[in-house]
Amino acid sequence: MSSSRDNILARLRAAVPQDHAVAPEPATPPSVELSRTEKVARLKQRMEAMHAEVVVTDAAGWRDALKTVLRNRSLNGLLYAPATALGQELAAAWDSDLPPLVGYTEDVEQSKERLFAIDASITSTQGGLADVGALILWPDPNEPRLMSLAPPLHIAVLDATKIHDSLADAIALERWQERMPTNVLLISGPSKTADIELVLTFGVHGPKELIVLILDG
Amino acid sequence: MASSVVVDFPKNFANALSNPQLRRNLRAAMDTLGMRRRAIFSDKDAFEALRAQGDAIRQRSLRQLPQLLEQLEKKCTENGIQVHWAETTTEASQICLSIIQSHHATRVIKGKSMVSEEMHLNHVLEEHGIEALETDLGEYIIQLDHETPSHIIVPAIHKNRDQIARLFHDKIPNTPYTEVVEELNAIARKVLREKFCAGEVGVSGVNFAVAETGTLCLVENEGNGRMCTTAPPVHIAVMGLEKVVERLTDVPPLLRLLTGSATGQLITTYFNMITSPRKSGEKDGPKEVHLVLLDNGRSKILADPELRQTLKCIRCGACLNHCPVYTRLGGHAYGYVYPGPIGSILTPQIEGLENAGAMASASTLCGACEEVCPVKIPITHILRRLRNESYSKTDSPNAVKGHGYKSNLAESLTWKGWALTNSAPWANVLNAKLLGLLGSQLTKLSKVELVKNWTQVRTMPKFASKSLHALAKEKGISDE
Amino acid sequence: MPTRPQKVYYFGTCLIDLCYPQAGMAGIELIQREGIEVIFPQQQSCCGQPAYNAGFPEETRKVARQQLKAFPHDYPIVVPSGSCGGMLKHHYPRLFANEPEAAEAQRFASRVIELTEFLVTVLDIKLEDRGQPIKVTWHSSCSALREMGVIEYSKSLIRQLQNVELIELQRERECCGFGGTFSVKQPDISSAMVSDKVSDIAQTGAARVLSGDCGCLMNIGGALEYRNIAIPAQHLAEFIWERTHG
Repeated sequence: MSSSRDNILARLRAAVPQDHAVAPEPATPPSVELSRTEKVARLKQRMEAMHAEVVVTDAAGWRDALKTVLRNRSLNGLLYAPATALGQELAAAWDSDLPPLVGYTEDVEQSKERLFAIDASITSTQGGLADVGALILWPDPNEPRLMSLAPPLHIAVLDATKIHDSLADAIALERWQERMPTNVLLISGPSKTADIELVLTFGVHGPKELIVLILDG
Repeated sequence: MASSVVVDFPKNFANALSNPQLRRNLRAAMDTLGMRRRAIFSDKDAFEALRAQGDAIRQRSLRQLPQLLEQLEKKCTENGIQVHWAETTTEASQICLSIIQSHHATRVIKGKSMVSEEMHLNHVLEEHGIEALETDLGEYIIQLDHETPSHIIVPAIHKNRDQIARLFHDKIPNTPYTEVVEELNAIARKVLREKFCAGEVGVSGVNFAVAETGTLCLVENEGNGRMCTTAPPVHIAVMGLEKVVERLTDVPPLLRLLTGSATGQLITTYFNMITSPRKSGEKDGPKEVHLVLLDNGRSKILADPELRQTLKCIRCGACLNHCPVYTRLGGHAYGYVYPGPIGSILTPQIEGLENAGAMASASTLCGACEEVCPVKIPITHILRRLRNESYSKTDSPNAVKGHGYKSNLAESLTWKGWALTNSAPWANVLNAKLLGLLGSQLTKLSKVELVKNWTQVRTMPKFASKSLHALAKEKGISDE
Repeated sequence: MPTRPQKVYYFGTCLIDLCYPQAGMAGIELIQREGIEVIFPQQQSCCGQPAYNAGFPEETRKVARQQLKAFPHDYPIVVPSGSCGGMLKHHYPRLFANEPEAAEAQRFASRVIELTEFLVTVLDIKLEDRGQPIKVTWHSSCSALREMGVIEYSKSLIRQLQNVELIELQRERECCGFGGTFSVKQPDISSAMVSDKVSDIAQTGAARVLSGDCGCLMNIGGALEYRNIAIPAQHLAEFIWERTHG
């Protein structure tokens, strides 16, 4: 153990009063409970305000919605996760006029250049937050972290039943503290900056566009 | 070392105030940030409830600081994050340097971190032939111009688009002059994407570290922070040791307070929670993650119940945005890394009153900072305390470094005289009282200078021919 | 509505004592007109704020003790200043927290009330405007705004005056840059602040600028005069008295 550690901890222990009377903390104000429809509407409105494109569709229609999105753009490929249910569904019914599906199958050390060169990606999501308008992503071996970051267009698929009222709710209901993965991300829109004269511009280092397909029913 | 820096405050202040461009840039930006904050916290009661919660969480975190840091260390270590402790900024920089050198790395990409500014990390790395590239757009801009941040959230806010256009044109090869913000943005994106791809080590700060899970939380809009913490094989996170919180459930209220107070956002584009290095089977993310915990005087600040409140700060910058003094000076005039109200209470405690005590006098105590502070730091009380300790030598172990550095000045005598005239009922000497009011014979201020300073833009106050004491007596107002 | 006292103490403040006694008298007369007896203890001096803010708590306590002594009975202490009122009400308890006078300072503080708050909430004063039509603007002092929270009472009194049109400043809530010794210790910053305040006042087209604090008025009034802008800076109590008496 380093002596710096011991010195610091010794100073901190001496500094903190041990017999301090502690006032009870104010209770967290209860978050408003929204219906599923309200949650979808709230999340859509909030995320659109942050320049995300939000398409509400359903289990039957989402692939067509996706294809429409893709056909309206000229893309060199769509990075996807071949091993996920979502990836398998995509691969099973891919059309030849669509940008080719490119699997994220190798470690970043072997694929970094390609990851930074591909135009678009599609990922699933762990859920969403209605109150602030954000997606929850838990990247994993199948859907690695750079998928939602490196390509200029990120498409995310969100199950409407997995939208929480708030982050506090998501943490409590899903018991995050017992199972935090390597990385958790909240994403509320395409990347943005206001560092020049506070002028808001979208698409700095991360994706320039974020499209959310909400599967509602 | 920052402590050897001698800051000429009066000269800095005068220079800043005589720069109309700076004044305009700042005013416009601070007004906008203030407006956005008001819009997001338009429900005053809800805001008060939220910040009471934020205050309580931060107080609890500080009360348990040693235990929480040990828990954080334990959890991080279990998760595979290597934890380092640094007493000084020099030690923290050395830790970063050794990690970088052990990987034979020369290209470091950095996310925005005020603690790394406090460490002067870039400078240390450059001395050892390591390129430390700032990747936050604002930080990138000022690094190109060899400047330091003038604001803790929007570091290049002192510059306008013309100045940035000129800078990009001059400093980035083959860059045409453009004042279009989107185009300036695109230029930076192009340069930096190549760097993200090639970076060997990523350095970031930490907004909150969660002890119960060993999670490092980062708040950002641009995605450069995610790049720095995801793309390179090594990630070093540097953190002031006060940033730890107990539980994951402590995060949501603090996050809301931070983004709302800083830029009036419900949430930033990205909230990035890192709990471990790349695990077996995962295809990306750094294989090594290091957490450097920096003390640099914080453990001493913790010892005093009043001064301790300084450490509640979550670095939102709202106190800067609402400060009538910061708004007119900008950050550089303060001469140290942390400017504005929070800088004026934090810096003298870290650097010593003899070096930075003057920062505490650059405030009217108007309280605009306290009104917006999301964790209720009693900034004006702490400013008064620092002013007091500047004059008084004390035996208290909690005394601020450099206390009593002004103890020999004539000002102390002046106030003693003032106290005498105002506590003895017989002394009703008008002149003495008024001069006391304005602090005559203040530090190095003769009566002539006092008048000169006052009359710079004002006429002299006129004494009434009869005091209220005299008038009240004359009109028969009872003196029971 | 709190009970109407028969007697009140009046804490005139040192600045009013020296430079603005007519504002102080106006406050007294407004209260007297409502049938309340006003007591002005001749032993009072200064609330101590100048030394307190400069970092001299010991000297402050010396002066503050004098005030504790000068207002011995259990009457409300009315103060025609948010700043001095804030000092007496919010800082005395802190100042004496570890002193023998702790309880006394607490009791003293609980009796302190700012003049306009007293007129509105305790006396429910009704004003009959006898003056000519006039446009005025209003500067909120930082202590009245943030420590005492009395700005709405002050402005409600202006709004009671039928012939007075209140034009608000663009930055009503921004400090004027006085800050006591700040104005001479940091003359450059203070000058920049008061110059901006004066420009804001000038753009309203008002014929007078009102405030509830004489520190601000001395600063703003001096700067207006220096720039030859013919807008007098006046204490609200004096303005109200002028327009409603006789």
